[in-house]
Amino acid sequence: MASSTSTSTSGGSPFEYAPAPESRAIVDLKPSYGLFVDGDFVDGRGRSFKTISPATEEVLAEVAEADEADVDAAVRAARRAHTRVWGRMPGKERAKYLFRIARIIQERARELAVLESLDNGKPIRESRDVDVPTAAAHFFYYAGWADKLEYAGYGTTPVGVAGQVIPWNFPLLMLAWKVAPALACGNTVVLKPAETTPLTALLFAEICQQADLPPGVVNIVTGAGATGAAVVSHDDVDKVAFTGSTGVGRSIAQAVAGTRKKVTLELGGKAANVVFDDAPLDQAVEGIVDGIFFNQGHVCCAGSRLLVQESVYDELLDRLKRRMSTLRVGDPLDKNTDVGAINSGEQLQRIRELSEVGDAEGAERWEVACDLPTTGFWFPPTIFTGVSQAHRIAREEIFGPVLSVLTFRTPHEAVEKANNTPYGLSAGIWTEKGSRILWMADQLRAGVVWANTFNKFDATSPFGGYKESGYGREGGRHGLEGYLR
Amino acid sequence: MTRTTTRTAKADERIDVRKTYKLYIGGAFPRSESGYSYEVADSRGRFLANAARASRKDARDAVVAARKAFGGWAGRTAYNRGQILYRVAEVMEDRRPQFVDAVRKAEGLTAARAETTLDRSIDRLVWYAGWADKIAQVVGGANPVAGPYFNISSPEPTGVVAVLAPEQSSLLGLVSVLAPVVATGNTAVLVTSESRPLPAVTLAEVLATSDVPGGVVNILTGGYAGPGPWLASHMDVNAIDLTGAAGDPEGATAMERAAAENLKRVRRAPDAEPDWTDDPGLDRMTAFLETKTVWHPKGI
Repeated sequence: MASSTSTSTSGGSPFEYAPAPESRAIVDLKPSYGLFVDGDFVDGRGRSFKTISPATEEVLAEVAEADEADVDAAVRAARRAHTRVWGRMPGKERAKYLFRIARIIQERARELAVLESLDNGKPIRESRDVDVPTAAAHFFYYAGWADKLEYAGYGTTPVGVAGQVIPWNFPLLMLAWKVAPALACGNTVVLKPAETTPLTALLFAEICQQADLPPGVVNIVTGAGATGAAVVSHDDVDKVAFTGSTGVGRSIAQAVAGTRKKVTLELGGKAANVVFDDAPLDQAVEGIVDGIFFNQGHVCCAGSRLLVQESVYDELLDRLKRRMSTLRVGDPLDKNTDVGAINSGEQLQRIRELSEVGDAEGAERWEVACDLPTTGFWFPPTIFTGVSQAHRIAREEIFGPVLSVLTFRTPHEAVEKANNTPYGLSAGIWTEKGSRILWMADQLRAGVVWANTFNKFDATSPFGGYKESGYGREGGRHGLEGYLR
Repeated sequence: MTRTTTRTAKADERIDVRKTYKLYIGGAFPRSESGYSYEVADSRGRFLANAARASRKDARDAVVAARKAFGGWAGRTAYNRGQILYRVAEVMEDRRPQFVDAVRKAEGLTAARAETTLDRSIDRLVWYAGWADKIAQVVGGANPVAGPYFNISSPEPTGVVAVLAPEQSSLLGLVSVLAPVVATGNTAVLVTSESRPLPAVTLAEVLATSDVPGGVVNILTGGYAGPGPWLASHMDVNAIDLTGAAGDPEGATAMERAAAENLKRVRRAPDAEPDWTDDPGLDRMTAFLETKTVWHPKGI
């Protein structure tokens, strides 16, 4: 898998780069979109909402907001498809539909990447090199499981209808994480994309039509929190899969109490990225930058707490600031862009507020000097030094390009600080000493540990958290468990 | 609680030394902090003993003890944990008459059936002891990622697990819910059957005299109505097994809802108590395991 942030320039003064915009002509945007239910696009019964480009605030399309009756129709369609077609189809035939979908995602990769960057604000380099190819890989991977479930160890009976609610930070990739294993195991799905990023899910609906997927196997209902709540709490939904905030995850866990619904939750994080004094510093700096500025820091497993051993603190901070000064912030469709737009005005407000709390609590703010566009939502790559464990910017998920820097002296102190959080999604370790890597990896209470690397994802590799970062795993053989009885 | 039947002793009869069964917390046998105890009767309603009725404070103390023991227990080698649990089975064999008597009285079984229940309970414990150093190989493994990385997934214990033991099966059910939790490296706060708690206290005495470190297993008698909701909402408990709330959907739902506060892993209550002689499968271990995936680049 490609590195998500590569060095675009070296040295102190960045070269002038000519813009290298990816053409958006490949995307054929309709003025409005309905819901995808039972194989067709249908009008919603409720209102509609606009989805905008966060880089320009330009309206991209009008999208239907599914109400309870719409969700009910989608669940009924999914149930019918499960009972009549998909639940009884032999695994090797289901597999072929998934392989088809994977291939179409590859064929339409450029279109999907441009649309993702338009709707989400992420750099085209990321959507092109990470989001879309990894989404295709998930369909390929799970396609192969469909006729091999008896070897996976979780039974072979599908759960039934899966209600899936996904976030705005990796819209297509999160769809793939949810839909591919569900379908491979013989479930049908009702999926709700995030309200700020519905467009690639709707393009995926077209891909399902193109693959001749039987109607009702995949249903997509657009909308906001109320639509998601209707999906999760629908009586005929057998399985709930959610990726998003810990707050919403908690309310889902409450809502399903007393039911027989299976639940997997992939929630927030506040990952520690721990740098020891023997770490290869240039590689560590790349990993730190990748860890927090990849996808504008809109990553649940972002390395948002940097823990640096005191003896290398000054040197590391110098190098980090120098590297950050070369980051290009701007037009998501420019192929040179490293950091794109913040996904929404609401998210920008939250990042600003928590950063102001950082100032008020006495941490020292340093940000990259860069000219930010005048329209759209932007926040410069920022670090806070002098952060203590009690500071809110060291405890709460900011979900933006803001890094809190803390220090430690001994490995035990590093472990204690790293684990001092209600979250437990991911962690990073930077050291040249093998035994220390393995010791640290044992001690860190987190579901994914990256040693001398960061933010790597793969269809075969289980992903998910400890503690309040949620439960269940997505990816790999483990990712089948939530979709089988 | 129904009043147990009593009888008056004859003038020349030796008076029994009656035992007050206490709680088991952090390797010690304290009385309930609340001072409450209750009368435990046999299956025909005759008085057996007084048992402690655990309070909210006892539940909190037990969680503190379990948390304190967690790092050490999870950090032991799996081989060592397996040996320690096997040792518990050995000590149970040593105390067969005591367990048979406890199970007979609690469950109203014939001597032969109580013997069989004890056999199964010991065998179940031996079975789980053997899993301690095998489960990682069965549920973990290397992941063939599409890049130059070493990538491995391994199970790790969830942490402090609250276990509501079944109401009816006082020994086989008890061992079947407790052993998988601790074999995998978790520490447990176990709430016993309310009406049949004595085999659990006997087991506590075995644990205290074998090599299980204090705090790894904590045993609260008196039923889950008191401590259950507190354990469900306790922010330092990582998971809860509601098996003991079988047949109490309202209570189980309230506890599951409370458990959402810190995203506890919840093993829901079955509609009715299962047949404990069935093959247990891996579920009771995997329910309280996390999967940790570690990446490292490969290169020269």
